[in-house]
Amino acid sequence: MQRIGVFVCHCGSNIAATVDVKKVVEIIAKEPGVVHAEDYQYMCSEAGQSRIQEAIREKNLTGVVVCSCSPRMHEATFRKAAEKAGLNPYMVEIANIREHCSWIHKDMQEATEKAVILARAAVAKVNLNAPLQPGESRVTKRALIIGGGIAGIQTALDIADAGYEVDIVEKTPSIGGRMSQLDKTFPTLDCSACILTPKMVEAAAHEKINIYTYSEVEKVSGFVGDFNVDIRKKARSVNMDKCTGCGVCQEKCPSKKIPNEFNRGLNNRSAIYTPFAQAIPNVPVIDREHCLKFKTGKCGVCSKVCQAGAIDYDQQDEIVTQKYGAIVVATGFDTIKLDKYDEYAYSQNKDVITSLELERIMNAAGPTKGHLERLSDGKAPKEIVFIQCVGSRCSDDRGKPYCSKICCMYTAKHAMLIRDKYPDTNVTVFYIDVRTPGKNFDEFYRRAVEQYNVNYIKGQVGKVIPQPDGTLLVQGSDLLDNKQIFKKADMVVLATAIEPNPDVRKIATMLTASIDTNNFLTEAHAKLRPVESPTAGIFLSGVCQGPKDIPETVAQAGAAAVKAIGLLAKDKLTTNPCTAKSDELLCNGCSTCANVCPYGAISYEEKQVNDHGIRETRRVAVVNTALCQGCGACTVACPSGAMDLQGFSNRQIIAEVDAICR
Amino acid sequence: MKYSYYPGCTLRTKARDLDEYARASATALGFELEEIENWQCCGGVYPLGTDEIATKLSSVRALNQAKEKGQDLVTICSACHHVIKRVNDDMKNVEDIRTRANNYMQLEAPYEGETTVLHYLEVLRDRVGFDKLKEKVVNPFTGKKIGAYYGCLLLRPGKIMAFDDPENPRIMEDFIRALGAEPVIYPYRNECCGGYISLKEKEMSQNMCEKIEESAAGFGADMLITACPLCKYNLNKNAGNRLPVYYFTELLAEALGVKEEVAK
Amino acid sequence: MRDNHSAAEKIKEISGTNPLKCMKCGKCSATCPSFDEMDIKPHQFVSYVINENIEALVNSASLWKCLSCFACVERCPRDVKPGKIIDGARQLVVREKGGDYLSPNEIPELLDPELPQQLLVSAFRRYRR
Repeated sequence: MQRIGVFVCHCGSNIAATVDVKKVVEIIAKEPGVVHAEDYQYMCSEAGQSRIQEAIREKNLTGVVVCSCSPRMHEATFRKAAEKAGLNPYMVEIANIREHCSWIHKDMQEATEKAVILARAAVAKVNLNAPLQPGESRVTKRALIIGGGIAGIQTALDIADAGYEVDIVEKTPSIGGRMSQLDKTFPTLDCSACILTPKMVEAAAHEKINIYTYSEVEKVSGFVGDFNVDIRKKARSVNMDKCTGCGVCQEKCPSKKIPNEFNRGLNNRSAIYTPFAQAIPNVPVIDREHCLKFKTGKCGVCSKVCQAGAIDYDQQDEIVTQKYGAIVVATGFDTIKLDKYDEYAYSQNKDVITSLELERIMNAAGPTKGHLERLSDGKAPKEIVFIQCVGSRCSDDRGKPYCSKICCMYTAKHAMLIRDKYPDTNVTVFYIDVRTPGKNFDEFYRRAVEQYNVNYIKGQVGKVIPQPDGTLLVQGSDLLDNKQIFKKADMVVLATAIEPNPDVRKIATMLTASIDTNNFLTEAHAKLRPVESPTAGIFLSGVCQGPKDIPETVAQAGAAAVKAIGLLAKDKLTTNPCTAKSDELLCNGCSTCANVCPYGAISYEEKQVNDHGIRETRRVAVVNTALCQGCGACTVACPSGAMDLQGFSNRQIIAEVDAICR
Repeated sequence: MKYSYYPGCTLRTKARDLDEYARASATALGFELEEIENWQCCGGVYPLGTDEIATKLSSVRALNQAKEKGQDLVTICSACHHVIKRVNDDMKNVEDIRTRANNYMQLEAPYEGETTVLHYLEVLRDRVGFDKLKEKVVNPFTGKKIGAYYGCLLLRPGKIMAFDDPENPRIMEDFIRALGAEPVIYPYRNECCGGYISLKEKEMSQNMCEKIEESAAGFGADMLITACPLCKYNLNKNAGNRLPVYYFTELLAEALGVKEEVAK
Repeated sequence: MRDNHSAAEKIKEISGTNPLKCMKCGKCSATCPSFDEMDIKPHQFVSYVINENIEALVNSASLWKCLSCFACVERCPRDVKPGKIIDGARQLVVREKGGDYLSPNEIPELLDPELPQQLLVSAFRRYRR
C-alpha cells in the first residue's frame, strides 16, 4: 500500500470560491492509502511547495496528489518539488479541480462533490503508480526554418548568430516573402526593400545559413531534438553554380504572357524568370508549365543565349534528407479570395483593386513603375475610395471572424502617400473602427487626417457601382451623419482580409502541430508560450500564428529563435518515460499497434518466449522508447491487451474510472 | 424527361405568355412540364416569421406532390421559385417547421425536403445544357445587346437559393449567349425593382426602376429580359420606357422557332 | 399599450436574429434601396430592439418602406439580418387588430389592367395578417 499525501490548493479564490476545500480535505483523508491531507492558499508558491516537501519527509510519503489547476500548468512544478524531497517525480499526480471543476460550476455543493471525486480518482491512480526513470535523447544542433519571408529570415539570422546551423526552405524562387512586395512601411514610411534586402543578403552570406529556394518540405519524422526531414528541391532548370544572373534569358524568352505572381497578376512575366530584381538567389527558374521547350519540345532560346551554359532542361527534382533539432514554421499569409464579395465589383472592374495590388502599383519596381494609375485606362485617378474590413470581422460564411490587424495602418499609409505625392487626388476611407494600438500608430493615423486631409467616413460600403463613363459610384453609409451617400471614384481599394498561407495545413499535419479553425497555428500557451507549438520542438514565427505587422513579426521571429536556441544548446533531452510497453506473452504479433502508431515507434521481432513452460519463437511487438511519444493509440488498438502505457496503464485507468463511479 | 411543374397564379392570368413560351420551348428542347394538380398560390412572398406555418403549407403540398411522382419540381416565376425553394429548405433543415407542418398536413409519409426545386433557367443550364440549347437555336439574336435583369428573389439569400453568385450572377448572361446575343453586364441587374411596394408607393418603385433602366441603357443594352412578372410590370410601368422588357421565355421560344405556334 | 420588453423578445423570436451580433458597421444602411424613405434607418433597427424602444419602431414608416429585397440580409457581415428584424416588427403590428396597412376597399383604386396577380397577393401578405 502507498502512503499518499493529498494537497488541495485554493488558487486564491479561483478554486476556494466554488469548492469547499476544507471539506475535500476532510473526505479525502479517509481514502485508503491517504496518510496526509491539507489545503493551502497557493500550493504552487514556494511556501506551498515546501509544505509538500515537508510532508514527504515527515510522513514518508510514497505518493502525492495535488488538487489544483490543469497539469499543463503546474504538473512539472510539483513533480520537481517532490523530486527535491526524494520522491520519484512520477509518483505525483494532479487532480484538475480548477479548469475541470471550479471554473465551470456555480453551485458549491456540486463543485465540492466533483472535486472529491476527481481527487479520489487521482488517489486511486497513485495507488498503482510505480517509479519511472526518464531516458535521454540527443539533440541535432541544426534548425529548419519553413518559409523565407521576414519572419523566417530573422529567425534564421538569430539562430545562426548564436552559432547553430540553419536551413531555410522557401517555396518560391526567392526569399523575401510578402515584405518584398511592399512599397513603404508604417509608421515611419521607410522603404520596405531598403530595410529588407540587406537582411536577405545577410542571410544568404551567413556561413551558418543554407537557403533552399524553390523547395518544399515533403516529409517529417522523428521528434524534438531529432527530426528527420525530406526537402524537395524542385528542378530549377538552371544550374545555380553556373548562372551569373545576367538576365539575358528572361529578355529573350518568347513566352511572355504569364501572369506575374510577384505583381499579383497585374502584369506578365516570361517563362524563365526571377520574381524580382533583388531576388536571392539571383538565379532564374523555368516555369515548366508555361515554357515552350517543355510544352512542345521546340524553342531552347534561353539555352542558346546563356553565355554561362547554365540552362539545364534535364535537371530533376532532388530530395535532400537532413536531421534537425528544432523546426520553426514561418509560412506567412496571403490575402483572401474576393469571389464572395462581388458587391465591390472586384472581379467585374479593373479599377477595383486590393491593397496588396496597390502596393505593387505604388512600388517603383512594380507594373506601373510606381506611377499611380488606373489599370483600365492608365489615367491618374483623382478620387480614390478605400474600403476597410473587406472579409475581416465577418461571422457569416463569406469572410474571416478575426480582425486582420494590419489594414487600418496600411490604409492610413496609402492614403498619406497618395495625398503627399498627388495633392490633387482626393482620398476617402470608409471604416468601421480605426484600430491603431501600436507605438506611434494613432499619431500616424491622425496625421493622415489632420495634415493630409484624408476623408475618413464611419460606415461600410454596400455596393460599388460601375458607371458607363468608366468611373465608379460607391454607395456607402455615413453613420455619424445618418446618411446614405454616393461617392464618385476613379479607383476603389479594398483592404482585403489576410489568411494563413494555404500550405500551412499540409505542413501542420506533417509536423503534428495543431492549427485553429482559421488555419492559424496554435501556441502551446496563448500568453506564456506564444512562440511554441504544443508539439515539442516546433516553434512559430510570424503571421502563421496570427495577424501581425512587421515589427511584431520581427519581435516574434527573435523570440522563436531564442526558444529554438534554448533547445539546440542542450546536449541531451530528457525523454518522457511514459512510453508503451508490450507484454510479449500476450502479444500475438497482429501488427494492429504498428499500424496505428503515428511515430513509427513499433517494430516486430522473432523472440524466444517461455509461455508457462512452453518455449517457442514468436513474432512480438517491440517499442522503440526513443520514438514513442506516449500517445496511447496502440494500447487502445491492441486486441489482446498486450500493449500498455507506463504511467497510464490499463489497470490505473480502470482504477480511476472505478473511483469515479463508486 | 418529365418534370413536375408549378406555374403559379400570375402565369395562369396576366403572365400567360411567360408560361406558354416556356412550355413550347420545353417541347422543342425535349422535356415536358407536367402541371401538378390543384396547386395553390404560393403567397407571393416568403413568410419571414420563423413561427409561421400555415402560409408555407401550399408550397409543401406542391413539393410533396412532386415527391410522390418522383419528379423534380420546376418553377418559372421568380416569386414562386423563391417561396417554394425556401420552404423546401425549411422542410429539410428546420426541425421545428418540418415537425409542425407535417403534424398539420397528415401526409402518408412525412415530407422532409426530398424534392429538388429547379428554376426553368436551371433546367436549361444544368439539365439541357447551354451548349445543347445553342445547337437548337434556329433564329439567333445575333448582334442584339441584351441586359439580364435578375432582381432579388432568384438570387437572395444566396446560400438557400443557390441559384448563382448573388453579387455577380451569370446564368442569364450565359442564356443570352446561347441565344446568339451579347449580354450586357450592368451593376443594377441584382438590385430590387421595388416589388410589391409599387402598389402603394409608386414613386419608390419608379426611383428604382429608372436606375435599373438607366444603368442598363448606359452600358448599351437594347432590351431587358426577366423571369418575374412583377419585375416586368414594374420595369414597364415605373421606368422611362427606354428599353423594352421581355420574358426570357419569349426570346427562347423565338430563338427556337416555336414562337409562332404559341401565337396560334 | 405594448410591453416593450416582451415585444422586443417577440421580434427577436419571429425574426430569428440576434441583434447583439451587430458590430455597427452600417453595411445594411449602405446597401438599402429604401434608405431615403425610412425614418428609422436599417442599422438603427438593431439598437431599437436592443434598447427595447419598440413603440417608436412599430410606429416607424420604415415598416412599410422595406422591400424585403434581402440586400442587407445577404451582405450583413455579422449575420444580423436587419431586414428580418424590421419584418418581425411589421408582423407584430399586422398581427394585431386594426394593424392592417392595406384594406380591400383601397384595391379598386389601385388597380390597373396590367397589374399582375402576384403584386396583389404579395401586398396582401405583407400588409395584412
